[in-house]
Amino acid sequence: MSLTWLDWLLMLVYFASVLGVGVALKKRTTTSAAFFQAGRAIPAWVCGLAFISANLGAQEIIGMAASGAKYGISTSHFYWIGAIPAMVFLGVFMMPFYYGSRARSVPEYLRLRFDEKTRGFNAISFALMTLFSSGISMYAMAKLLQILHIFDAPFAALGLGPQYIFHVCVVSSAIIVLVYVLLGGLSSAIYNEVLQFFLIVAGFLPLVYLGLRDAGGWPGIVATVPTSLTHAWRGFGSAATSPMGVDGLGMAMGLGFVLSFGYWCTDFLVVQRAMAADSMTAARRTPLIAAFPKMLFPFLVILPGLIAMSVHGGVIPVKLHEGTNAMVLDALGRPQLDYDMAIPTLLLRYFPTGMLGLGLTALLASFMSGMAGNVTAFNTVWTYDIYQAYLRPKASDAHYLWIGRMATVFGIAASVLTAYVAAQFNNIMDVLQLVFAFVNAPLLATFLLGMFWKRATGHGAFTGLVAGTAAAALHHGLTLPAGAIAGVKGGWIAAVSAYPSEMAQNFWTAIDAFTVCLLVTAAVSLVTKPRPDGELAGLVYSLTERPRDAGLVWYKRPAVLGVIVLAATAMLNLVFF
Amino acid sequence: MGLDVRLPVGLMFTIMGALLLAYGVFGDHAIYARSLDINVNVIWGSVLLVTGVIFLVLTARGRSAGEARRG
Repeated sequence: MSLTWLDWLLMLVYFASVLGVGVALKKRTTTSAAFFQAGRAIPAWVCGLAFISANLGAQEIIGMAASGAKYGISTSHFYWIGAIPAMVFLGVFMMPFYYGSRARSVPEYLRLRFDEKTRGFNAISFALMTLFSSGISMYAMAKLLQILHIFDAPFAALGLGPQYIFHVCVVSSAIIVLVYVLLGGLSSAIYNEVLQFFLIVAGFLPLVYLGLRDAGGWPGIVATVPTSLTHAWRGFGSAATSPMGVDGLGMAMGLGFVLSFGYWCTDFLVVQRAMAADSMTAARRTPLIAAFPKMLFPFLVILPGLIAMSVHGGVIPVKLHEGTNAMVLDALGRPQLDYDMAIPTLLLRYFPTGMLGLGLTALLASFMSGMAGNVTAFNTVWTYDIYQAYLRPKASDAHYLWIGRMATVFGIAASVLTAYVAAQFNNIMDVLQLVFAFVNAPLLATFLLGMFWKRATGHGAFTGLVAGTAAAALHHGLTLPAGAIAGVKGGWIAAVSAYPSEMAQNFWTAIDAFTVCLLVTAAVSLVTKPRPDGELAGLVYSLTERPRDAGLVWYKRPAVLGVIVLAATAMLNLVFF
Repeated sequence: MGLDVRLPVGLMFTIMGALLLAYGVFGDHAIYARSLDINVNVIWGSVLLVTGVIFLVLTARGRSAGEARRG
């Protein structure tokens, strides 16, 4: 299978479109508020689609399909348990504080609510994390496009070996994202995320259709793959029988509460999209609007993994050692499958020229939306929460705008570097979960106490965060998933106890960090001086006027939307029980 | 009033849809063996084309509605 002029042309149309959006927005991007906050003038539905699209990076599409092939439909827990409830909570309960406090970023909310050191801690760890994710995303894309061998011929024609595919992919995607973010800032990233969202759906929907048709529909899949792969909750009674090595409780607490609320409710990458909305109700509706497509995404990204396991006895290639091309074997000596290849394999299998171009473009679009999401979150936090806060507090707006653009260049350069460092990991999703566990899991406790307990103090929050992050590191250092070697997978202090899977270890690390942060924050808060109530209006639940939704049409009320989303998600869980 | 995002989405889908549709109609039909003998370029190209045109129509209507409000 090779690419034709038509496939290249389709990719070109996409590149022209995203760059065109940047150019069209350039004139409007003259202040730092326009660059970093999109002028807080974006309609709710646009923010909503950008909200999920920014999260829909490489790790999402490739990782979810990989997980779908490995763990089956249980992977949808990452959506139905691990995203929807948290998104509803963000929209209904937390958005009023983020949007209403007029904070420009999540770390800035922490400064308003707590103090400078809490913000600094969060800003710096968050900035590092975005660079890390963005680099991983870039690495995944470039690696994938290289293994596909689809670009081998055109590169050979230019006299370049296949290793150049990796370099060209990294550099060219970095440059395109760089240009459109430089030109239009957050608005440009958000508008392009909407465009990328539609393109991803347009590229993968026909793939799922063809794959399902070939597999004989859902009944065909059920008949060919192990039963555990087609039931979302089977075996979750205990960790030993569950496909992910996690029991129902670990799942509900670890993924459903700590990890998912920690990510969706406090990660500035997604929250920034909602904060760009044009009004308070629009900001609150953003995650709720996003929840509807999110709920259905398992059919688009997880189903391909199952299809790849089902058709023609399974079409996922065996994983090969880099360089030697020897088969990678698991602990029992069986060849390991390269699950990350599930979607690309299907693309090459079912799509003729034309559709293949569209599918590859959709893949590229997902990589770029993830990268741009990270970069816009990074440049905002860097400029407002690190540069303006600590390095040059009283500069002109034009200066901060310039710094933001420089931060964009630096952020992308650092991501490229990370991409080259990130070469040694197997399942991208597990690694990301680990990072989120260290940084984000304690953070949730800080926000919950900050927003809903007026007694929580800055000293408490800071000590709690440090203790929580340390607890996560300690827990990770003392435990090891079954079959893994001590090191990056855990057990680097001493492997005191073992978990049945990496995922189980990640979930319990997160639960641990959250609990420690919650207890330490509460304890330290009680012995330190609280801030007077007057200073906390608009920042804490009990001291803030409830947003009035009574005047809105029912389908615009956040609470109503939230109930509908949750009910529909519960239905989906029952259908695939 | 910012840029209407439906405009770039509409333009992109219209062009991509037209390209796929044209190739599906005039190009080699033997390539559809891999897509289970379905001419996906024609079918999905038409879907994208129609979607693109709908987005463009909505953009135009949004623009005239905006002018009516202002003027």
